[in-house]
Amino acid sequence: MKTFIKKYKLFLFLVIINFLLIIFYPTAGSKSVEISLKSLIEMFIIVPPIFLLLGLFDIWVPRETIVKLMGEQSGLLGLSLALLLGSFSAGPLYAAFPVAAMLMNKGCKLSNILLFIGAWATTKIPMLLFEAGSMGWPFMLTRLLINIPGIIIMAYIVEMFVSYEEKEVIYQRGLSF
Amino acid sequence: MFTIALYVSTVCLLLASLFKDLKRTKMALKKSWKALENIMPQFLSIILIIGITLAILSPQDINALIGQQSGWIGMIVASIIGSVTLIPGFVAFPLTAALYENGGGLMQIAVFISTLMAVGVVTLPVEIKYFGRKVSIIRNALAFVFCFIVAIIMGGILT
Repeated sequence: MKTFIKKYKLFLFLVIINFLLIIFYPTAGSKSVEISLKSLIEMFIIVPPIFLLLGLFDIWVPRETIVKLMGEQSGLLGLSLALLLGSFSAGPLYAAFPVAAMLMNKGCKLSNILLFIGAWATTKIPMLLFEAGSMGWPFMLTRLLINIPGIIIMAYIVEMFVSYEEKEVIYQRGLSF
Repeated sequence: MFTIALYVSTVCLLLASLFKDLKRTKMALKKSWKALENIMPQFLSIILIIGITLAILSPQDINALIGQQSGWIGMIVASIIGSVTLIPGFVAFPLTAALYENGGGLMQIAVFISTLMAVGVVTLPVEIKYFGRKVSIIRNALAFVFCFIVAIIMGGILT
């Protein structure tokens, strides 16, 4: 019970805020509940298969495979795989971080992980289709064409900022997941 | 469509795994559950933050804030809203489409959409949990600047 409260303290605090909203500002409160529920449903649809795949991936894909495909020496292949992996995804950005941790575990290069995160955020296909539907194809395609080189450059810049020791610390974090 | 593909492939892989090795599959499921349980408090908190921010700052407010201001101020306002809020696609795109149709500035809308996608202040604690402070902050800061570049180029090309 105590660990539950400790783990969920922020969540419980937000629940209380939501209750206060409902009591004092019923319209805002009910709207908040409505949007949270919608997001919750979105999360419950997307998150379980992602975590199931993560578990399976962890057990069945040997580290050597990822090191070879997406590791330090993977070059253009690793870069393309990271882009594709991020683009063929679904769900909000926060669901990408556990996948990133798994890639760290398996020895994926940091710039490729960052590229994967960038792709998940800006070039994932389900979102692109939705974007084209509401903003038009020219808007979506222009943004996409600017974003692809952008996320590649940014991934390399971020990696440049990180020293070897700092990288070790980050990868150590990945191991705990 | 994509969600269905995700489910079909997950189920297929799970069945293949079960068929091949029951014990290892059990291990995989245990890992899945542990990873999910680990991050659940943060995920649930994010969900509530989305609800509360959108209740206080309604889509109409966002519309007004981004639509009224033009020029650099409008872009800065749009980029800040896009960065600090986490608006799911099902709310954001209908909002920006309406804004665009009603004559909202393209660059303001582009910077809003870009920051919404790539910069996450609400998810920063989760990101730090996985990537550490330095990488998370540099990544978000770079993405924030880049969103302006995206918007300016888009403004040049599309208008």
